[in-house]
Amino acid sequence: MSETATLDRKQQAAGGGEPAGKAKPVVNLTEHIVEVISDSGEGAQRCGQSLASIAARSGNGIWTVEIIPAEIQPPARSVAGASGIRIRIGSRQVTNGGDETDLAVAFNEQVLLGRVRAGELKRGATILLEGMWRDHRDPSVVKSYCDTVEALRKDGFRVIEVPLEKECRSLMNDPRRGKNMFVLGMLCSIYSLDLQLARDQVALTFGKKDRSVIESNVRLLEAGFAWGEANLDFKYAIPAKRSTIPQVVTNGNTAIALGVLASGMDICAMYPITPATSASHYLSDCFEKVGGLVHQAEDEIAACAFAIGASYAGRCAVTITSGPGYSLKQEGIGLAVMAEIPLVVVNVQRGGPSTGQPTKVEQGDLLTTVYGSHGDAPKVVMAVSGIEDCFYSMITARKIAETFNMVVVVLSDASLATAQAPFPRPAFSEDWLAAPVDQSPLPEGAKPYDWDPVTGIARRFIPGQPGGMHTVTGLAHDRLSKVAYDPSINEEGMRARSLKLAALQKTLKTPPVFGDPEGDLLVVGWGSNKGIIEEAVERLRGEGLKVSSLHLRFIQPMPSGIGEILKRFRKVIAIEGNWGDRYEDELINEDNRRYTQLAMMLRARHLVDIDCWSEARGQPIKPGTVAKVLRAKLEEGK
Amino acid sequence: MTMGKPLTQCIIKLHEEHHNLEDYQGGVPRWCNGCGDNAILAAVQRLCRDENLTPEKTVFVSGIGCSSRFPHYMKTYGFHGIHGRAFPIAEGVKMARPDLNVFVNTGDGDCCSIGAAHWIHALRYNMNLTVILHDNHVYGLTKKQASPTSPVGLKSNTTPRGAVLEPLNPLTVTLGVANVSFVAQAVDWIPELMYDIVSRAFHHRGFSFIRIIQRCPEFLPKMFEPWLHDPGKTLLLTHRDGLQPGTDIGRIYKNQREHDPLDIHRAREIASEEDPIPVGILYRNPEVPCYEDLRNAGKPRTVEAIRRGLDAELDKFTIWPEEASQERAA
Repeated sequence: MSETATLDRKQQAAGGGEPAGKAKPVVNLTEHIVEVISDSGEGAQRCGQSLASIAARSGNGIWTVEIIPAEIQPPARSVAGASGIRIRIGSRQVTNGGDETDLAVAFNEQVLLGRVRAGELKRGATILLEGMWRDHRDPSVVKSYCDTVEALRKDGFRVIEVPLEKECRSLMNDPRRGKNMFVLGMLCSIYSLDLQLARDQVALTFGKKDRSVIESNVRLLEAGFAWGEANLDFKYAIPAKRSTIPQVVTNGNTAIALGVLASGMDICAMYPITPATSASHYLSDCFEKVGGLVHQAEDEIAACAFAIGASYAGRCAVTITSGPGYSLKQEGIGLAVMAEIPLVVVNVQRGGPSTGQPTKVEQGDLLTTVYGSHGDAPKVVMAVSGIEDCFYSMITARKIAETFNMVVVVLSDASLATAQAPFPRPAFSEDWLAAPVDQSPLPEGAKPYDWDPVTGIARRFIPGQPGGMHTVTGLAHDRLSKVAYDPSINEEGMRARSLKLAALQKTLKTPPVFGDPEGDLLVVGWGSNKGIIEEAVERLRGEGLKVSSLHLRFIQPMPSGIGEILKRFRKVIAIEGNWGDRYEDELINEDNRRYTQLAMMLRARHLVDIDCWSEARGQPIKPGTVAKVLRAKLEEGK
Repeated sequence: MTMGKPLTQCIIKLHEEHHNLEDYQGGVPRWCNGCGDNAILAAVQRLCRDENLTPEKTVFVSGIGCSSRFPHYMKTYGFHGIHGRAFPIAEGVKMARPDLNVFVNTGDGDCCSIGAAHWIHALRYNMNLTVILHDNHVYGLTKKQASPTSPVGLKSNTTPRGAVLEPLNPLTVTLGVANVSFVAQAVDWIPELMYDIVSRAFHHRGFSFIRIIQRCPEFLPKMFEPWLHDPGKTLLLTHRDGLQPGTDIGRIYKNQREHDPLDIHRAREIASEEDPIPVGILYRNPEVPCYEDLRNAGKPRTVEAIRRGLDAELDKFTIWPEEASQERAA
């Protein structure tokens, strides 16, 4: 007997649409993970983002992870076409997407299967599944649907069939387009979220559209809410306290764009590439209002060169890209390094090499950014660790770029690009901006590369400054920017460019250790894994294990004091999202193992036997997985 | 009162600094004797002096190649970039600082081969840049390889049995691109005309593209001999809106044709004629908008505007605390 039937009877007993849920016991939770999965274009992401915003408005901690198929229009009802979103809602702050999903809403059984097979659903998870397929005119669809439901139930999932389309049809001409808001209402009912907050959110989501669009979506929302109240026999609450300070809820790419705006940078030169482009989309919308400009160049190389030209002329520019685009920019980056032109490059990493997994997360570009271009090309590499960091890193990057006349690469990734989480609303400070372009005359005999003997820093001359005329060049050059024909001059320039990293390093603080300053195991990580690692460490510490973690925001230069931290732990392991060879492979041994990228760098610098564990599945790593790895590492050799 | 305006200008002129040729002469050129680049450098330095360009407000941007050494020999600001990327670098400079005079020096390899994509789009952006394509039909800096403009049969280190491909014609390419606004051709062995053309290009507001056919005495010493010896193999394009050669030139180069630079169809026909070599302004359209104008480049920015802009954007994503949101509602 299907649960739909049960529920239908219950609904009849309750007298149609009359709310029957008042007597429902409300189960209090500290957190829950929800997924909404559909075919592409059915609005699951909008539904999930709205749910996250409503929860955030209620004071909950939230984190969203988008589930994005590689194609724009993947075939409908396909396992690979799953498009959707995961929302983790907590009583406290949430820093990552968490482990497996507790409750999933799926618009068809195929997209659901995609997630089940990927192991993304918790054992016994609740599944709210569109039930219309049971009555589909194509018998193969009916069979597939029925078989799947049966199999899932056998596997212990609690499958509840929901007449989404049927319910929406009475409210919308095209019910396919309204299901997402109906589901939003249903989820608000399930999680005891305030319906008025939800109405406000829908108005905000569709704010740019016609009044009638907002109204029909609010009707769908209310219908979904009422359906949930009347038909579902469970109800949760994730108690939270509303923040006392204003919070901003954005994804990482929007935060990067806001950071660019706040940094006072003038020009963003870019070429479309996933998953970086949405930062430029947003910037294109708002940058011009404050006198900035987004230039869509003819290619990645041109975008980089354009940014270099603008920066050279005194207006610091940023170029935003992802892996393959970053590779194309490498020669230009070398030019900016050699000519000492400030430049901010954002690399929103995706799976690689080559086209790889364009919509999926990976941390494979660390070494190519640190050591990339050609020759010795010292540049600053920062990795953002969360949404808030995306914002402030842009301001820091610009400051460093212009203080040291260096290239600053900011590494983000596909996970942070689309993940939403709240952070305290930034209060603008004039200190974020740079001084106006220096056009003051230069004294007689001033040299364009008058490298400071200690720091390597030289005052940069900007076109328009009388007395500063010189030709910058990618050729090795002397202090006058004249082409170097003398062998010692080449080393003089190299020394100066390298010293600037040391000078910056002296200003960096040692990153704090999360947990005790010494113990049995230290976990080192970077980028979007911060929240994941810290959550795993917290769990293990709760079990009494002596585990701590260290998160690196500056990869190059690496702050001082890290070597001492590493030595205070019995074992050290790096957890990363790039490939590292595994000892279970027959050929792999200590002689030939390719370590993960940060592990490789730390081993080389600190001569500490750092182990590594990594996953490059295109999904954010789960804190539960990390906890398991760490437990095993602690057991090792015992 | 009619005298007022010119008089004021006169007074200002008196206070302006005047520059002579030395003010634009940078390092001693290291080009070969007889290299066409020397003639181009002389014409450009003369232009700077005649236009009294402020050296610190002038930037020469180049890529890589013999000709791309050009900025080093000027005493202005210069940017000797990387191979093929002179255009996007110059675009960035101009977009950031429309107040600067920006020139681009590029070669047939730099522009027509490795930088070809940027070339096409630079034409389309139509930014106010003066662009000189130093076209000697061969790679010089890397020691004699065939370039995209090398003639069929050219023996080089990469084509020891002769180049097999038809050369690319930079004039027909440029005249085929949307937003093209100025195309001219000069030859290094008629410096007077080259100067006139460079000057015309400088005064055109937009992407002024001049292809200068130049000799490479090291690798193609005989390439243009027939044209040097026979003035009839040069076709002068004249027009009241184009070149008006002086009597001396006119006496030597009698092969002349009246051509209206606004006529793009005729320009395309002339562009495809290679012998005699057309010299003059093929196309000029002052009405094509410049990208930097379309994008409102160079507007001064204020701290207040940035603060207000950021706050307005943050408002879109802000969750206010309960009290604050009630206050805002009230």
